Amino acid sequence: MQKSLHIDPVKCTGCRQCEMACSYENYGTFNISKSRIRVFDFEHTGRKVPYTCTQCAEAWCMHACPVEAIKLDPNTEAKVVYEDICVGCKVCTIACPFGTVNYMADSGKVQKCDLCGGEPACAEACPTGAITYIDADWTGLDKMRQWAEKTGNQVSA
Amino acid sequence: MAWTRKFLRINLTTGTIKVEDLNMQWAQDYLGQRGLATKYFVEEVDPKIDPLSPDNKMIFTTGPLTGTMASTGGRYSVVTKGPLTGAIACSNSGGYFGAELKFAGWDMMIVEGKSPKPVYLSIEDDRVEIKDAAHLWGKTVWQTEETIKKLHQDPLIRVSSIGRAGENGVLYACIVNDLHRAAGRSGVGTVMGSKNLKAIAVRGTKGVGNIRDPKEFMKVTFEKKKVLADNAVTGQGLPTYGTQVLMNVINEIGALPTRNHRDVQFESASKISAEAMHEKRPDGKSHLVTNQACFGCTIACGRISKLDEKHFTVKNSPQYWGASGGLEYEAAWALGAANGVGDLEALQYVNMLCNEDGFDPISFGATVGAAMELYELGLLKKEEVGMDAPFGSTEALVKMGEMTARGEGFGKLLGLGSKRLCEKYGRPDLSMSVKGQEFPAYDSRGIQGMGLAYATSNRGACHLRGYTVASEVLGIPVKTDPLTTDGKPELVKAFQDATSVFDSSGVCVFTTFAWTLADLQPQLAAALEGDWSMDKLNLVGERIWNMERQFNNAAGFTAKDDNLPPRLTTEPAKTGPAKGLVNGLGKMLPEYYRVRGWDTEGRPTAETTQRLGL
Repeated sequence: MQKSLHIDPVKCTGCRQCEMACSYENYGTFNISKSRIRVFDFEHTGRKVPYTCTQCAEAWCMHACPVEAIKLDPNTEAKVVYEDICVGCKVCTIACPFGTVNYMADSGKVQKCDLCGGEPACAEACPTGAITYIDADWTGLDKMRQWAEKTGNQVSA
Repeated sequence: MAWTRKFLRINLTTGTIKVEDLNMQWAQDYLGQRGLATKYFVEEVDPKIDPLSPDNKMIFTTGPLTGTMASTGGRYSVVTKGPLTGAIACSNSGGYFGAELKFAGWDMMIVEGKSPKPVYLSIEDDRVEIKDAAHLWGKTVWQTEETIKKLHQDPLIRVSSIGRAGENGVLYACIVNDLHRAAGRSGVGTVMGSKNLKAIAVRGTKGVGNIRDPKEFMKVTFEKKKVLADNAVTGQGLPTYGTQVLMNVINEIGALPTRNHRDVQFESASKISAEAMHEKRPDGKSHLVTNQACFGCTIACGRISKLDEKHFTVKNSPQYWGASGGLEYEAAWALGAANGVGDLEALQYVNMLCNEDGFDPISFGATVGAAMELYELGLLKKEEVGMDAPFGSTEALVKMGEMTARGEGFGKLLGLGSKRLCEKYGRPDLSMSVKGQEFPAYDSRGIQGMGLAYATSNRGACHLRGYTVASEVLGIPVKTDPLTTDGKPELVKAFQDATSVFDSSGVCVFTTFAWTLADLQPQLAAALEGDWSMDKLNLVGERIWNMERQFNNAAGFTAKDDNLPPRLTTEPAKTGPAKGLVNGLGKMLPEYYRVRGWDTEGRPTAETTQRLGL
């Protein structure tokens, strides 16, 4: 079964466990400035929103790369940066409509979410279930269930 | 190991910035944060200095677990000599600032001297600069944070700053970071203001590495997060209701100090409780918007609230209509029950003023309570206050909040705290404080152990130095009877020593609703080189407590200062389970000194200091 990262911002408390887990998984340190998932605070509304690569089916970054350093992982469908091929030209960072591919000045390469090979550390670390790794075909299932429950209540009311 | 082993020394008088190596022997003896910074402080600062003179120093400090995946590992503390008390001050804050300081590569930062003009510090990893803050002086915390982020064109900067209260010499001014988290008590913000230091802006990109055994650390921190998640208080009560979960509980047991401790139960407690924050208001919305976590925290007790835009406090002030840091139990009590005010929206408005201009809602609220009592006794006249100010007056509370934030009129006097206010009007007994710092939200007639905890707290009355409420009310880790003094000296000592360790580690003391020292121990042991056994941690905790005590003794405090206002030891509680009781401090204190290994004057004996390596 194909899986994908699913983010439910309503459940996010802004704790940054996901950012630390991501940086630890990829760099062995707790360093949120290197995290490939970022949590955004919207102070005026109190909303907190984790955001990362959605692994587009037709990935702009992959098509834009002139040296084919971004390849498809057939097991996870993740678009993965091969650092040994990447030349740091940053064209992918321009091509990505969502800003989720970023250049790292210290390595001279780009980085993006690679789904940790199928066991995303962010989802494992999230204490509230705001980030989950679920059936890619049914990312709407939870929302459907919520609406289904409301519908049931209305009928019986 | 999780320390960065480096710290900054910033002299504001000379404008010099030095990088120094952390004394690793001291790190082994005092762990980090509260303990380690206090060690540096007592070694470098004469206890007799004037807290608001350039001779005072302030140390911003992280713990070894700050900036790691240990749950709640985002704390920092500010250690200095407090202007409200004249005692050692150590105020702890969450938010994101502490982790960012660590990520920039610094365990701590010692600030010395006094700048000739307003400045702020800019720290971007190794690049540290003292920058002009003329354009920030006079601005609120919120404006300062926004301005600095815009100026540096970097929304990821974390800012810790003082508002107008800290500039104006309010003696209980806070240092506020991330808009509404604060190193709140004892006037650490006042010291910052006295140094002409407006703010510290930090951006760190180095991260925290050097974990001794990363695999073990990840495993054990994961297990301990599960302990928090599975616990009724940290897994459900705090995320859903915040610390405000306590309002109705403490009121029911007759320990909710009301109207300057005249009463121990508040008839409107339910109106200002966590449950009320969840209820729908007349405008169809609930007061509470969501909960929020500090850095690394898997509990998420923080409150984010939105005011009713039609409420009289804000109907003409749209700048207060957005979501903002909401009422914690202490603030709701101090602004509400302590003054007899039961208007939740008004309390939140004043709470926002406290965040916006950086002053401690506990000391402020309690000072308003004292002022209202003086007013009711006819000692404080309407002309002096500028308004009618009886207990229960929402308007008076709101106006006093605004005046204190802006340093106007009677607000200047309120800004000096209840001790100085009550002394001025000839009734020092009406100041509900210890060592000049106001009580938090637990009446020690209904929770006996807290009387001793307040009387002996090294930073003046405080609930965060030895929270025996956990045991006496909530049964954590074991239930004791709140109405007796039996066993309380040992209990208070145990809580004080354990809390000293938690405050020195980088994690939040709220974890102790679920964790004991035995849960923290394996996390420290996995992260750090050296011996971090339970025996060692117990010793470190006791050592820190005694070190603080020695500083206070040298500053001039004696056994006479380990006291409570006469109201609590002579006026019995009028209602509730504690009806007829006063606090039995007199019974507990000598026994406490004995358990501590102190002489009858409250001084650690030679044997004790030797045992603790002091």
